[in-house]
Amino acid sequence: MDFALTDEQKMFKEQVIRFATKEIKPRCQEHDLKGEFDFESFRKLGEFGILGLHFPEHLGGSDADVMTCVVAGEALGEAGLDGGLTLAYGAHTFLCADTIFAHGTQAQQEKYIPDLASGEKIGCMGLTEPGAGSDVASISTRAEKRGDRYVLNGSKMFITNGPIADVAVVYAKTDRDQKHAGISAFIVEKGTPGFSAGKPLNKMGVRSSHTSELIFEDCEIPAENLLGQEGAGFLMAMRTVEWDRSTLMAPFVGGMTYVLRRCVRYALERHQFGRPIAEFQAIKHKLAEIKIFIEAARSLVYRIAWCKDQGRPLNHLEAAVAKLFIGDWSLGPANDAVTLHGGYGYCHEYEVERNFRDSRLAPIGGGTSEITKKIISKLI
Amino acid sequence: MNIVVCIKQVPDTETQIKIASDNKSIVTDDIKWVMNPYDEFGVEEALRLKEKFGGEVTVVGLGPKRVTESLRTALAMGADKAVLITDDALEGSDSLAVAKALAAAIKDLEYDLIFTGQRGVDDDMGVAGASLAELLGIPHVALAVKVEVAEDGKSVKVHRPVEGQTLVIESGLPVLITAQKGLNEPRYASLPGIMKAKKKPLDEKSLSDLGLDSAQFGQEGRKVKVLELTPPPERAAGKIVEGETPQEKAAELARLLHEEAKVI
Ligand SMILES: Cc1cc2nc3c(=O)[nH]c(=O)nc-3n(C[C@H](O)[C@H](O)[C@H](O)COP(=O)(O)OP(=O)(O)OC[C@H]3O[C@@H](n4cnc5c(N)ncnc54)[C@H](O)[C@@H]3O)c2cc1C
Repeated sequence: MDFALTDEQKMFKEQVIRFATKEIKPRCQEHDLKGEFDFESFRKLGEFGILGLHFPEHLGGSDADVMTCVVAGEALGEAGLDGGLTLAYGAHTFLCADTIFAHGTQAQQEKYIPDLASGEKIGCMGLTEPGAGSDVASISTRAEKRGDRYVLNGSKMFITNGPIADVAVVYAKTDRDQKHAGISAFIVEKGTPGFSAGKPLNKMGVRSSHTSELIFEDCEIPAENLLGQEGAGFLMAMRTVEWDRSTLMAPFVGGMTYVLRRCVRYALERHQFGRPIAEFQAIKHKLAEIKIFIEAARSLVYRIAWCKDQGRPLNHLEAAVAKLFIGDWSLGPANDAVTLHGGYGYCHEYEVERNFRDSRLAPIGGGTSEITKKIISKLI
Repeated sequence: MNIVVCIKQVPDTETQIKIASDNKSIVTDDIKWVMNPYDEFGVEEALRLKEKFGGEVTVVGLGPKRVTESLRTALAMGADKAVLITDDALEGSDSLAVAKALAAAIKDLEYDLIFTGQRGVDDDMGVAGASLAELLGIPHVALAVKVEVAEDGKSVKVHRPVEGQTLVIESGLPVLITAQKGLNEPRYASLPGIMKAKKKPLDEKSLSDLGLDSAQFGQEGRKVKVLELTPPPERAAGKIVEGETPQEKAAELARLLHEEAKVI
């Protein structure tokens, strides 16, 4: 097994870091604090090719493998971008666009992917509902077939990019009597009568990403907007979740590298008791522990990417292990990074508090740690 | 329009530079090497001209094998071919020797324009470009912030800032232009660009391939010698002006500027 990046991946990583540091990073803090989505940065990510990296060239992509996507995501984190922007990118590219790419017809791909790859349009994915989170099979949004149309009724909750999305991939029950096997996926476009989004929720972290409710009231969509087969929705969601647990985690791993760099610099510069705090063993241990987390987390994330590139379509166990490790085990290091900065760590300027707030999502979004452990225990 | 761009590899400007124990050079162990930023402006300008007029962009680098990376970056940005002049005997050469080797590699290429950076951000000599033009027997226009090639592709107007004004210079082709900050915003290499660069030709040439005598290069061949490299003086700690009211603080500041800093 070869853990080295190719020369091309290394060069691309450098370019992504340079691009993100210069073009995007300077705008992050303001958007995080105001809780505003940064449309300009998002478009720049599209122009640079990040949003459509793994799609084929004829759909506006760059034909990248999963590993390269992970490297790009890690680079965005290493450049110090906030978790809100990288979550918006992840939900857009992997939860929405990739689902259309992986399960859509050629016509659906050609209609939606190029605009999503360029960032011209923004995508979201709606699975969670006000009454159904962990228990996915219990979703109650219905899609009823009437002639050549489906009529959607119900609502979704906590949907990243919800208020700003042009294209939504929405999971709904086509057969109410079935559990998993009754779920189907649909493409719903902004502006469709009966489809609306709630106001952005005011969140603890990932604040520059907009999260909201999606509401469907007799929302009629053409039958051709069904993705794949009726009843295949749950499997699609499971495949998506795997992206969620690899490529969406990559910016987070990169973000911890950024934080570690800040911590090392601060520990060397800050003097107490007549010497740099870096000389105190308690501080050294914190730095070491952040590093250990990064190395382990990166290996787990790379491993899923590697599995996917080997042509293994589903890697539930690897994905669940990575998700759980990153979700739960990042909280200690993210907290240590704040502590290491003392009072300054509690202030926005040093960014470690933002990382701390953003990190708190990892054990919740894309399946809680409790649920992830349940999956792991079932698979072993 | 065929364009040659010379590329030097320099320590990343973010790198913390440490002076080596000989007090004449720097410690190169942990350095991140990048394309000289001024050369990047040259690459970008060449690519824009190629997009407008067609033709080929050839990048020429000189130095150890690691310079290949910077050449590949230029290829990934869109240049067509690369030449790396690499030879152990080049280690320690001065700017004039570098220009000689570059001239030998470039003289047989077809070119209408040559770009170099106005200087390398490492040694700040600013000599290689002008020397190269001289050795090739072509005109040299320095410090370009704007380059306008005539529609017929036969001449070029170059803008250079001089003390708040702009000097516009016209030259026939071929000409060597040194690039200054402000010329353009270099592009980033895209993933497709990087993948394509893998297959683009990169030729390596030694001094003997270029018909040059290695005795004229390296430390021995230097016409100028580095005597000493000293670190910048330690900065004194800052001072916070104390006072109860803004007036008091201003008066104290004025006193300090007058009596201690002696600037007013
Ligand atoms: C910022 C943000 C962005 C999000 N983006 C999206 C998105 O784009 N699309 C989308 O569809 N969803 C999104 N989500 C939703 C997210 O996936 C859910 O919040 C998550 O799956 C948990 O569901 P829930 O909130 O309903 O919690 P619940 O399922 O109600 O869980 C509450 C608690 O009970 C525990 N629990 C539940 N069942 C069990 C069990 N069987 N055993 C043990 N413990 C259990 C949970 O672990 C948790 O601690 C987002 C959430 C957030 C916060």
